[in-house]
Amino acid sequence: MPLLDEVLALADDHLILGHRISEWCGHAPMLEEDLALPNMGLDLIGTARTLYSYAAEIEGKGRTEDDLAFLRVEREYRNLLLVERPNGDFAQTMLRQLYFAAFMEPFWRAALQSSDRVIAGVAGKAAKEMAYHVRHAGEWVIRLGDGTQTSAARMQAAVQELHRFTGELFDGAGPEGILPDRAAIRPEWDRVIAMVFAAALLQVPGVPFPQTGGRQGLHGECLGHLLAEMQYLQRAYPGAEW
Amino acid sequence: MSEATPLWEVFIRPRNGLAHKHVGSLHAADEVLAMHAARDVYTRRGEGTSIWVVPSAAITASDPERAAENFDPAGDKIYRHPTFYDIPDDVGHM
Repeated sequence: MPLLDEVLALADDHLILGHRISEWCGHAPMLEEDLALPNMGLDLIGTARTLYSYAAEIEGKGRTEDDLAFLRVEREYRNLLLVERPNGDFAQTMLRQLYFAAFMEPFWRAALQSSDRVIAGVAGKAAKEMAYHVRHAGEWVIRLGDGTQTSAARMQAAVQELHRFTGELFDGAGPEGILPDRAAIRPEWDRVIAMVFAAALLQVPGVPFPQTGGRQGLHGECLGHLLAEMQYLQRAYPGAEW
Repeated sequence: MSEATPLWEVFIRPRNGLAHKHVGSLHAADEVLAMHAARDVYTRRGEGTSIWVVPSAAITASDPERAAENFDPAGDKIYRHPTFYDIPDDVGHM
């Protein structure tokens, strides 16, 4: 894909997952996680902002980061299906975070070598943030998977629900030398997931029907609801500023 | 919270060369999650370069009922404060 599409897709991944995580604010199972989750959400939204600004610059049509984030319609979003999945329970949220961050950490580490100044800059900051997300989400997956009967059942249910969305992580490649080849990240992702799952006593399920389509703008029903809430303010009060 | 998530005390060192300082407490299931929670709760605004977490149960505290016998005797011994010396100007700030 051309650089603009790739940057926009990455920005959408980060914004949509950041928004999903922000939905936990005030609802987390304990105070400590109520701070940890928005922290992670803000990491993602911060990265999204830089990427949207860069996308607007590449596009050169006078649109701003806010226009791209808040004034597109559902089919124009290019985020992975994984990141738009509803939060579900805490097990699902942590597993989704692990799946995403275990991909993004090696992706950004590879992108440190990018010939593109903005991409390399984002990578420097994001690689560190994603390393923490992997650690935090990974520790929870391990504790819930190897926890009580209830937590283990919920964790395995989360795997059954979400694993079919992970294949899409590895589709596509940006302009060579600027963005890493996504398929090349697979061995590292497999290694981290296998390590966490072994400690969590979880089984990697077979995926008879992998779910894809986000990169083509073909989303689940849940994205529309997310956008309705996220875009409400800009739609109701166009041009409103903080 | 319950026994599943006991209380931990958190100490942060703001800069190299300074001592770790008690900043507060939190609930967590074990030391790894306590460390994560300490990082997320107490260093979000760049407060620290190092974190210690200690199970609150591991701390032995002085008994408030014995505060008088512990601390009052030091109250009238001002000669223990090094304030009876004239510091030469050349020494500068100590």
